[in-house]
Amino acid sequence: MTARPTDLSRRNMIKGAAAVAATGAMGGWIPAFAQSKLTVGVIYVGPRDDYGYNQAQAQAAAALKKMPGIKVVEQEKVPETTDVQKTMGSMIEQDGVTLLFPTSFGYFDPHMLRMAEKYPKVRFAHCGGMWTSGKHPANTGSYFGYIDECQYLNGIVAGYASKTKKIGFIAAKPIPQVLRNCNAFLMGARSVDPKITCQLIVTGDWSLPVKEAEATNSMVDQGIDVITSHVDSPKVLIETAEKRGIFSCGYHANQSALAPKGYLTGAEWNWLTVYEQHVKDAIAGAPFKNFVRGGLKEGFVKMSPYGKAVPDAAKKKADATKAAMMKGDYVIFKGPLKDNTGKEVIPAGKSLVQTDPVLEQMNYLVEGVVGKV
Amino acid sequence: MTELGWWGVPLGVLGGALRVSTPFLFVSLGECITEKSGRINLGLEGILVMGAMAGYAVSYITGNPWFGVLAAGIAGFFLGLLHGLICNLPKVNDIAVGIGLMLFGTGFAFFLGKPYVQPKAPNLPSLSFGAWADAPQVQAALQVSPLFLIGIALALFLAWAFRNTRWGLVVRMVGDSSDAARAMGYNVNVVRTLATAAGGFLAGIGGSFLSLYYPGSWSEGLSSGQGLMAVALVIFARWNPVHCFYAALLFGGAGSLGPALQSVGITSGYYLYNAAPYVLTLAIMIATCSTRRTLAGAPGELSIVR
Repeated sequence: MTARPTDLSRRNMIKGAAAVAATGAMGGWIPAFAQSKLTVGVIYVGPRDDYGYNQAQAQAAAALKKMPGIKVVEQEKVPETTDVQKTMGSMIEQDGVTLLFPTSFGYFDPHMLRMAEKYPKVRFAHCGGMWTSGKHPANTGSYFGYIDECQYLNGIVAGYASKTKKIGFIAAKPIPQVLRNCNAFLMGARSVDPKITCQLIVTGDWSLPVKEAEATNSMVDQGIDVITSHVDSPKVLIETAEKRGIFSCGYHANQSALAPKGYLTGAEWNWLTVYEQHVKDAIAGAPFKNFVRGGLKEGFVKMSPYGKAVPDAAKKKADATKAAMMKGDYVIFKGPLKDNTGKEVIPAGKSLVQTDPVLEQMNYLVEGVVGKV
Repeated sequence: MTELGWWGVPLGVLGGALRVSTPFLFVSLGECITEKSGRINLGLEGILVMGAMAGYAVSYITGNPWFGVLAAGIAGFFLGLLHGLICNLPKVNDIAVGIGLMLFGTGFAFFLGKPYVQPKAPNLPSLSFGAWADAPQVQAALQVSPLFLIGIALALFLAWAFRNTRWGLVVRMVGDSSDAARAMGYNVNVVRTLATAAGGFLAGIGGSFLSLYYPGSWSEGLSSGQGLMAVALVIFARWNPVHCFYAALLFGGAGSLGPALQSVGITSGYYLYNAAPYVLTLAIMIATCSTRRTLAGAPGELSIVR
C-alpha cells in the first residue's frame, strides 16, 4: 500500500525529468527511443529527504539528473520484499532503465540477484558489501565507502570536545559496518586521550525515532557529552542532543542545520563519485565494475565543515590525519589491538589496510567501548 | 555534571514514562470514547500520523505550535467522522474500515507531509518541575509537556463524565445495548459517529505531541505503531480512562528501559528489553483472560465481544 503514493510521484518525476512532458512520457514506453540516452533507476528504502542514508543517495541522483542525456527515475519507500522486484521490473520494462541503483542492504539477496538473472543486459549496482566474485552474476556488483575514516576523524574532534571523557555511539544493529564505525570513532578519540570510553547503545532497527531520542537522553544522563550514530536518519538524535546541550557528530549527510550550537562535524557520503563512474562506463559500453570501494582519497566520503565549537587544536590534528588518509598511507586498524573482552584481535606488527576484506567482517568492539555485540 | 550510575535506570524509566506516554494516553482516551459507544476504530494509527503531519505543518506555517495542536485535532476529527459515517452504512465491518483508514491516513499524511520533512517548526514549550533538584539529570527528566497534564485532567474528567453526565451515560448505553438506546429514543448512529469523531480528535492531538514535542520533528518513520498499541491499551485498561493513564505510563516507562539499561552497561539481551512493553501486554492479557466470562467492563455492543 505504501508504494501507491510514491508510484504517483515517480510518474510525475518521469514527466518532470523529460524536457517535453508528453514525448517524455511516451519515450518511456518505446525502448528504441530510450537507447539514445541512458536511463538510470534509483530505488530507496525510505524517504529521500530523511537527513540520512536515503538523502545521501538522493543527492547523487539529483546531481545525475542535471547531466545532459541522462534520465533518472526514482522510487522511494520500497520495502525489502518482492515489492522491490516489481519496482525493478517496471523500471526496466516501462522506463527502459539499463543501470539500476538498488540502494538498500536487503535488496541484494534474493531480489536483485533474481532480477539480474532475468535481465542480463541491465547493470545492477548495489550499495553495501555483498558482492562476491565468482558467486554472483557479472551484471551485478556492490559499491561502498570506507566511512569509518570519517568516523575516526569525528572521534578526534570528539576527543578534544569532550570534557567528561565519555562519548556515545547510537547504533541500529550490530552488523560489521556499524561496529567498524563505532570502533573507529573511539579509536579516533583515544588518539587524543587514551582514557576516553565510548558507550554503545543498540536500538534494534534502522529507524526508531522515539527510541533514538530515549537513547540520547539516557546517555546525557550518564554524563556523555559527545554522541554520534549509525542509524538511517540521525535527525531526531542530533536535535535531542542539541536540546540537552551536548555535542554531536553527524552521519550519512550534513545535519549541521539541526544543531547550530553542538554540531561538531560529520561523516558524509559522496555517492556522486560512484554514480558518475557507473554512468560513464554504461554510456561508453565499458565493462561493469563489480567491486567498487573507496574512502576519503577516492572521494566516496567527505567531512561536514567544522562547527563553531571545534577547538583549533582539534582542527589541526583532524586535518593532519585527513591529509594522511588522502595520501592513502593511514592505517586505522593495526596491531596490537584488543577487543573489549581483553582478547587480542589484531596481533602486534600487523596492519589491516582499509581495502582488507577482513575488516568487512568485523565482529568485535575494541577496548574502551562499553557494550556488547 | 554529576555521576548517576545505577540511579540512571529508574530515572530514565521515570523520564521516559513522562516523555513517551502522552501519545499513548491521548490515543487510548480517544479510543476509549469510541469503544464505549460500541465501535472499534483501528484506524487511529493513521489518524495519529495525520495529526503529527498536520500539527507540524500548521505550526511551521503559523509559527504557533498551539495552532498546530488544534489543527491536528481537527484533522483527526474529520478522519474519525469519516470512519463513523462509513460504519453507519448497513453491513459494514468497523474493523475492516479501521484498517483501511489506517492505511489511508498514513499514506495521505506522507503524501501531504513531503514538503515539511526538512523545515524546522516551532515546538511546544515544556514545563519544568525539577527546579528543586541539583542534578541536571533530574531536572531534565522532570521536564513535562503541558499536553501531558491536559491528558491527565482529561482522563479524570472522562472517568467522571462517563458516570455522572447525561451524554456520558448515553454513550455507554449506546455501547452496551443499542436496543435499549433506541427504545429510549436516541439515534444510535449519531451517537456513535460523534463518539468516533471525538476519538479521532484526541488521537490527532496525540500525533501532534510526537511531531511538536517529543521527539519533536516530522518524518515518515515518526510513529512506530503507537496508535496501534494504544488500541490494545484500551482493552488492557478495561475501558477505564484512569487505567488508560496508568497503562500509558507503564508503556512509556517500559519503552525506555532498554536504552537506560544499556547506558549503565547492561548490554546483553537488549532485544529482550526492547520487547519489554509487548511482553508486558501479553503477560497481563494472559493473566487476566478467561474462557468462562467476557472481559469485565467491555461494552456489550463491541464487535470483538459479541
